[in-house]
Amino acid sequence: MNREKITNALLSVDQVSVRKLILDYLGNNDPFEIIENIVIPAMEQIGIGWEKGEVALSQVYMSGRIVEEIVDEILPPSDPKRKNQPKMAIAVLNDFHLLGKRIIYSLLRASGYSLVDLGHVTVDELVEEVITQNIEIILISVLMLPSALQVKNFKEKLAVRGYRPKIMVGGAPFRLDKQLALEVGADYTAVTINEILKVINNIVGVVS
Amino acid sequence: MKKETMNSMQRVLTTLGFQEPDRVPFFLFLSLHGARELGISLKEYFSQAENVFEGQMILREKYRDDCVSNFYYGPSEIEAWGGEVLYREDGPPNSGKPFIQNYSDIDNLQVPEINEIPVLQRVLKTTKLLFNEVQDTVPIIGVVMSPFSLPVMQMGFDKYIELIYRDEMRFRKLMEVNTRFCINWANAQLATGATAICYFDPVSSPTIIPKELYLKTGYAIAKNTISQINGPTATHLASGISLPIAEELPITGTAIIGVSSQEDLTELKSSFKNKLTVIGNLNGIEMRHWTEQETRNNVIEAIRKGAPGGGFILSDNHGEIPWQVSDDTLMTISKTVHEHGFYPIGRI
Repeated sequence: MNREKITNALLSVDQVSVRKLILDYLGNNDPFEIIENIVIPAMEQIGIGWEKGEVALSQVYMSGRIVEEIVDEILPPSDPKRKNQPKMAIAVLNDFHLLGKRIIYSLLRASGYSLVDLGHVTVDELVEEVITQNIEIILISVLMLPSALQVKNFKEKLAVRGYRPKIMVGGAPFRLDKQLALEVGADYTAVTINEILKVINNIVGVVS
Repeated sequence: MKKETMNSMQRVLTTLGFQEPDRVPFFLFLSLHGARELGISLKEYFSQAENVFEGQMILREKYRDDCVSNFYYGPSEIEAWGGEVLYREDGPPNSGKPFIQNYSDIDNLQVPEINEIPVLQRVLKTTKLLFNEVQDTVPIIGVVMSPFSLPVMQMGFDKYIELIYRDEMRFRKLMEVNTRFCINWANAQLATGATAICYFDPVSSPTIIPKELYLKTGYAIAKNTISQINGPTATHLASGISLPIAEELPITGTAIIGVSSQEDLTELKSSFKNKLTVIGNLNGIEMRHWTEQETRNNVIEAIRKGAPGGGFILSDNHGEIPWQVSDDTLMTISKTVHEHGFYPIGRI
């Protein structure tokens, strides 16, 4: 399959063509092979474009949505073939700006991971969710600086209760200030799709 | 030390005409710090027009910058549409749960009446108070969210992007009502004394949407909207990049462009030369932990790159300086401009 074709169809937000290209390739192939060889490389290529300023956030988001829907079709969420991994969740802390979380959620699900979507939560709600659901890897997305600063508070509250999941943060304030992730005590941060996938693979390896 | 020979309005108008004024004009967009000066909560601060007026006057006297602003907070426009606003004590009020939950909600949207919305009336009262005080000596900056960017708060960013790509009819309907509101709101601010309107349009940045889509959407909407605003406008992409649409932005009718810290000021000045005045681009998020020396270095570098030839206003890159930025840092910015910002800009 011409990877360029699928990347271009994704960038044009041409859902019909993307679906056709992937399903044509599927045939008797293993869905994971398609994810590994087609979906992830295409998303990585789009990620490189975003990094270079050649691809816009709306294209990253819509690409993720399109491939997520198709991957759900060929590899249903409950399929035992999905990756065996530590329990992972994603949340937006304190504000209602859900786009970043949605992008990462789609990307990871399209890459074969399972993760719990905790939606929009306050610090206290997130602490409770992490504890009751026994989350080992928590991904936190923020848009506003004050929300980013609350990650420190979240980590401290969990520590008081004896919990120490791996914390990964992302969003505009972390992109604009490279020291911020360290300042709030996050274990990891990433800006690009490629970095995010690399970091998640790494965390999953560490926690497993 | 060199002496100022112009007032703020003269200084800003000179740079807008691509001439060099007495010194580099600088705008500190401090919409929140006034509450700290008055020793009250942000919620209380924004509850009275007089508070915001007083806060702006105190801040200007303290930092000696070249504008005042009537801006309260972004979601004030969301209040106008009946949406929820959430206050916090460590940053600007945020928009709550989007009030457009389903695309079909767009079908029944009505343009809010400005004179029926308490928060907008307070903003207008602040504008009048500012004008009575500064008259034509200091620019009063009013603010609107562009019709194209407001839906991020009206319906959420994710749903809005999907609307743009997947439901053109409802997207058009939303733009129609938002445009009418935006024009009314901008003109109401100008009528009560605002000198210029900052047209906040982050979704138009190539950071957010590709240029081809911008040309069909944000660009066309900006041209139509700005042409009906009865005063000068400054387009702000709120930290988003602008260089890939540098040719198109001046055609929208705007006079100023707010630029990102992620683009080089020399390149920005060259791309917008004699077309748009550049305002920016100190990194407001990083500013929280700048040392005195870093602050001075960053201000001097921005002046060195941006100031020659006029067409430049020093400011932050987002159009709002975070609450966490200290008074000391703001004072260092001011002092550095007053020490190194006089024309002609030599080797600094």
